[in-house]
Formats: sequence, structure tokens, C-alpha cells
Amino acid sequence: MGNERVKSSRRKFLKSAATASVAIVGYTWLKSSQFLIHAAEPEDKNLPWYGIVIDIEKCIGCGMCAKACKNENDVPAEPFFFRTWVEQYTVKNDGSVEIISPNGGIDGFKQTVPDEDIFKSYFVPKMCNHCAKSPCDQVCPVGATYTSPEGVVLIDEKYCIGCRYCVQACPYGCRFIHPEKKVANKCTLCYHRIKKGLAPACMENCPTGSRMYGNLRDSNSEIVKFLKEHTTQVLRPNLNTGSKLYYNALSSEVR
Amino acid sequence: MEPNYQHLYEILANSQGYIFPNEIDLQWGILIVVYPFVTGLVAGAFILASLERVFKDKILKPTYQIALLTALSFLLVATLPLISHLSQPQRAYEIMITPHGSSAMAIFGFVYLWYLMVVLLLEIWFDYRHSMVVWADEKKGIMKWVYRILTLGLSDISPRTLTWDRKLGYFITVVGIPSAFILHGYVGFIFGSIKANPWWSTPLMPIIFLFSAMVSGISMVMLIYMVVSYIRTKTMDINVLDSIGKYLFFVLILDFTIEGLDQIHRIYEAEESFETIKLLVEGKLYLTLFISQGLIGTIIPLIVLAFLQFYKGKIKLRKTLYFIIGILVLIGVYSMRWNVVIGGQLFSKSFSGFTSFKVGLIGLDGTLMAAFWLILPFGILAFLLWLLPPWKMVQEEE
Amino acid sequence: MKFYIPPQLTRLALAFAIFITLFIVLRNLLVPDTFGQYGHYRGDSLIDNQQPEIHYSGQEACLDCHQEIEDMKQTDVHNTIRCEVCHGPGEKHVSSGDAADISKPDSREFCGVCHEKNAARRQSTIVQIRLSEHNTGKKCIECHNPHQPWEMKE
Repeated sequence: MGNERVKSSRRKFLKSAATASVAIVGYTWLKSSQFLIHAAEPEDKNLPWYGIVIDIEKCIGCGMCAKACKNENDVPAEPFFFRTWVEQYTVKNDGSVEIISPNGGIDGFKQTVPDEDIFKSYFVPKMCNHCAKSPCDQVCPVGATYTSPEGVVLIDEKYCIGCRYCVQACPYGCRFIHPEKKVANKCTLCYHRIKKGLAPACMENCPTGSRMYGNLRDSNSEIVKFLKEHTTQVLRPNLNTGSKLYYNALSSEVR
Repeated sequence: MEPNYQHLYEILANSQGYIFPNEIDLQWGILIVVYPFVTGLVAGAFILASLERVFKDKILKPTYQIALLTALSFLLVATLPLISHLSQPQRAYEIMITPHGSSAMAIFGFVYLWYLMVVLLLEIWFDYRHSMVVWADEKKGIMKWVYRILTLGLSDISPRTLTWDRKLGYFITVVGIPSAFILHGYVGFIFGSIKANPWWSTPLMPIIFLFSAMVSGISMVMLIYMVVSYIRTKTMDINVLDSIGKYLFFVLILDFTIEGLDQIHRIYEAEESFETIKLLVEGKLYLTLFISQGLIGTIIPLIVLAFLQFYKGKIKLRKTLYFIIGILVLIGVYSMRWNVVIGGQLFSKSFSGFTSFKVGLIGLDGTLMAAFWLILPFGILAFLLWLLPPWKMVQEEE
Repeated sequence: MKFYIPPQLTRLALAFAIFITLFIVLRNLLVPDTFGQYGHYRGDSLIDNQQPEIHYSGQEACLDCHQEIEDMKQTDVHNTIRCEVCHGPGEKHVSSGDAADISKPDSREFCGVCHEKNAARRQSTIVQIRLSEHNTGKKCIECHNPHQPWEMKE
């Protein structure tokens, strides 16, 4: 009799324990329904979708953009960390190409090839392309890099594990590991500024106005007008990164 | 602490041509060379073990448990070089709780877990269950409990249950072969899927990784079998070595062919990155690619192994040759990992210049750390061989 | 005859069930609250990315006090250049009003960053000189007012 009672109470306990555990598992499973599923980007058509234009014809290679970017975003001053930088391409008469970017162009450029050897020469400012199909976003294992609803590729510094896979995946060399924060770092299109209605630091400080950003969804925006009137090209179009950085007057030597 | 940039200024001074300013520092160092090397040993060792079980190669029987335990010891270490190389290692768990579906690295966590929990541990468990139950009865004190816990408290060793051990173990092995292929093919995919890097981005990358993994794993099990026999002062069976050597020979031919195919394809297509990669291969990678990986790790072992297929000389000579070949092949595969991981970062993505790489001795990303992760699996293996000695297993009649 | 389930399988199923349950519970505790709000990332990170301080306050802030310089600037070729391009980040100066908090670069090299002769600069876009030849030994601002470069001093 007593033995029977113990058995039945134990059975009761097991039963309720089983129910409780099923409930816990079920609840957590429901809550984590995005488990293993790659959440799609929300397509909110009311938000702007930002793109960038850089007009190579206007750039005078003063490097103010690179300097302003470092000041604004607390990027270390050492010449190994840049969110934006300027390159000088010099195509020589013999067909060879010389590319330089001393300290990212921040201290200005000294012409390295004598005039008589030069076929042509031009400056190319570089920055994050804020790709629509960004390879860096694609490879981030934890979701610490993402494309914001406005199409700006951002980093979650509190969540980045520092695996550096994104740095490998960016074909434009726009990412680096911040030596003090020990997480990935890159151009945010000055997200903290544009959200307050200010222009990104590099654009604010370009003396010739060779850089511009704007809403690609707004057919009246200046950027859309510019794209309509000019022949523009993106970098490495063969990689299908969906780059939203359009260069005017881009020469074929540039990568 | 203020970061020290001295070494970066040195690299900058030694860089050639033009490289993007953010590319001066190499992102992945020697630890990421160790990682695919170790993972490859796992896959290779497991596939050798499967040959015995699935294809019923009876000669290989003495190496079966050794191969499984080798695979387990290296698998347990496989992720550690990765985690220790993270700059925020305390956040590594995020890769399991919020895996990004489109990231090769994130899904690797699950491939790894599948292989560890469902394949390797289960196969070893089914294989050792009978013995562990018996050992739990024989031993006293704490060891009794260790074995009891390892059996998950299941002490049923009736003939019917034991038959099921064999059946289920066989089933797991069959599942395990594609799993081992996926495990290491996947490591290749982590590199092969980076379209920004032309030295990595080839659909052949998973297959190349897979075959070099098999080559290295087979060599490693062969060496461990020799060393274990030597330590236990047992004569090693030359038939076992001959048999492993034969498999090594065939896999090495395949490996060589596929890697050659990859290079021929690159040379013939000569895409936009070709000139840069040509300079890389002829310059900074010359020693590790042509000498270390090609000559030492592939050509010489191939010639010797081919020779041993036809000429059966003195047993002692053959043993010595197998031992040397095993080491040469491992050097070759390690160099291959080096050429992929380091080589892929030495040239600029502007295809106009090169940076350089110097391994430090100390530090989190130094040689000593890498050596530690390479030696640790042998410690684990020694422990596993003591805990689960294959030579003391309960023999079953079949 | 009852369908036979090998005892190993039930034991393993139990072990795996415990493992998976633990994993799910742990995962539930560890995933940040706003993760997945907009996509596969921490929704709060959008707010974090708006937090950094602004260093360049923008032209509007300068004009609040220095309208007369802007008026002068408008009469000459530097009219489109915003103040902070040369004077550097002004947020500190804007909030303190202290003249020490803003830079006033006057070196020849600083002007040369834009005006040094370079094959990549178009003569039609920007006036260029060779620093090594053009009035060496003198500062640019001794002749040129940076706010009115062609109104020569002397």
C-alpha cells in the first residue's frame, strides 16, 4: 500500500516535471523562432536609402576629408587606420601606373613623377561603399555588422567578436580592427551626424564639394539628379556588391 | 596600455607597390594556419577509421580506435586557436546563440557540433560501451564512477544490446563519412567563399582542403600508430603500414591532381588578379609553395610511395621510409595551410602591391601559442589512450 | 511482439534532450532583448551608433557669431569653402567661445595642401604655385587674406 502511494506520487511529480519542461522548451522555442533563419532586411519605403557620389573631376587631393574623418570619429592617427583616404594615380607614358597614398593623403600630396613622364594623373577618394549586398555584412558570424534600414552599413561595437572575417571580405579595404576598442571599425557615413541633419564630416569639409550623399529613393534629390546627368561607375562591379558609392569620371586603372 | 605600432611601421617601410592603408596589418596570423591544419587532421583520421569499418579493411583494425581517439583529441582542440585569436574571445558564445545564416563561419559552429556530438562521440561510445561497462565493474573508487558516467549509467550488455551497439555504430560511421567530408570541406568554404580574395575564391577550395585533410590525417594516424607501438614496445605490423601507405599514395595522387588543376585553371584564365598572384607565388610564397608544399610535401612522398608499391625491401627500411614520409606529408600540408591563409593576405586587394608578415615568438598570436595548440591534442590523446586503452578492450566474437 | 527499442537509443535520446533543452534555455537568457527587431542585429545598436559626440559643428554654428567674415568670404573665390575646412573641428570653440579652442593655421605647408602644383590638379579648378619658388621665406597670409585671397595686402 505505502509502496504504491510513493510510486503514484513519484509518477505525479514526473508528470508535472515533464509538463513544465515541455512548456519551458516550447516557450523558448517560440521566442527564438528566427533561430537559423536569416532575417530579411525590412523594406520601409518611407525611410531614405542612402547613396554616395564622388566626383573625381572636382577632387584636388587636399586630404581634408581623411583628416576630418579621423577628427570626427576618433580614429587613431597612425597611418594604418582609415575610414576614408585619398589615392593619387599617375599613369606614365610607358603605360605603368603609380599609386600613392602617403598617410591616406592627410598631409597632402607631393608629385612623385616628373611632368614629362606623365600621361595623366588624378586623385581618387576612397571610403566605404555602403553596398546594398555588402560582402562584409554577409560574412559576419554573429550579426555585429548589418545594413541599417537607411542602407548604411554599421557595426555593433558591443557585439563584435573581433574575428576579422569582415575585414577579409571587404574588396575595397575599407575595414580595420580598431587598435584600442579591439573590434571592427569602418565608415558609418557619420550616422551620428546625418541622423541630426548634419553632413558627414568628410563631405562637410570638402573644399570643392566633390562628395555628396543623398536619398536614392527620392527622384528629386540632388544625388539622383547628378546620377541622371552623369556617367558614373562603381568600383569592382564584377563582384556584384551592390555598391552605392558612384564615381563620376572614374578611370579604368582604379580598383 | 598604449598599443605599440612599431612593427606596423616596419611592415609599412617594407611593403612593395601600393596597398590599401588598412591592409598593412595582417588580420589572420599563424593561429588561423593552425586551425584548418588541426581540423584537417580530424577529418583525415576519421576517414581512415571509416575505411576499416565501412569498407571492411581488416588489416587496418589495429589503427581503428587510435584513429578515432586521434580524431577526437584534435577535434576538441580545433576551435581553440580560432577562439584565442578573436580580439573579444569572451563574446565567442554569440556565434552559437545568434548565428548569422549567411555567414560561413557561423554555420561552422553547428557543423562542428554535429560532427563532435552526433558522429565522433557516438561512434566512440558505441564502440567502447561494452568495455566501459566491464571496466566499471572491475575498477574501484573514482575510476568506477568515471566509467559509469561515461556509459551514461547504462549497464545492459546482453547479446541483443551488444548487437545493436555494432549496428548503430556502423550506421553512425556511414553517416560520419559525409559528415567528415562536410566538416573539412566547410573549412575550405570559409576561405573559398570570400569573393574579395582571388587567391581564396575558387569552388575547388573545399575539395582541395578535403583531400589535403585526408592526406594529413592518414599520415598522422600512421605516425601515431608507430609511436604508440614503440612506446608500448610492441612490434608494429608492417602490413598495417603498407596498407595505410597504399591509401596515402592514392589520396596524395588525387590531392596533387586537384591542386594542379586549380593552378592550371588560374594560369589559363589569367583573370585581373593574375599578375599579382604570379608575383606572389614566385616571390613571397616561393619557399613554402614550391619547395615545402610541392617538393617536400608532395613530389618526394609520391615518388617514394610509388616505389614502395612495387618494391618491397627490408621491413626496417620500409618502416623508416613510412615514418619519414609521414613527417614530410605533414610539413607539406601545414605549408599548404600557410600558403592559403597567409598567402591570401600578403597581396593587396588593389592588386598593386604586397605587404609582409613576420611571426612573433610570444604573444597571443605568436609561434609559442600556435605550438601549444598543436601539442595539446597529443596530451589529450595520451590521456584518452590511458582512459580508453584500445588494447584492453573486451574482445567480441563475431 | 512489442516493437523493440534498443536501450542505448532511449538513453542517448535523454542525454540529447537534456543538452538541447539546456542550449535553448541558455540561448534564451543570452540573446540581447532587441536582437532581431529590424534584422539580424541588435536593434539598440542603431541608437548606439548615433551616440558619438559631434566634433565638427557645421557652418550654421559659425555664422551665429562670425557673419561678417562670411560676408567678406562671399566676395572672393573661397566663398564655397566652409569655415571648419581650414579651422578644424569647432564644437569645442562653439561651446566655450574661447579663441584658444579653434586652430588658425598659417603655415605655407597648410596652404600648399591645396595649392601646391600637382599634375593631378586641374589648373582650371584651382590656382597652383610651387612652394619652393613662390615668394619663399614669406608666409602666404602676409600677402593673401585667406578669407579674401585676391584682395592683396601690402
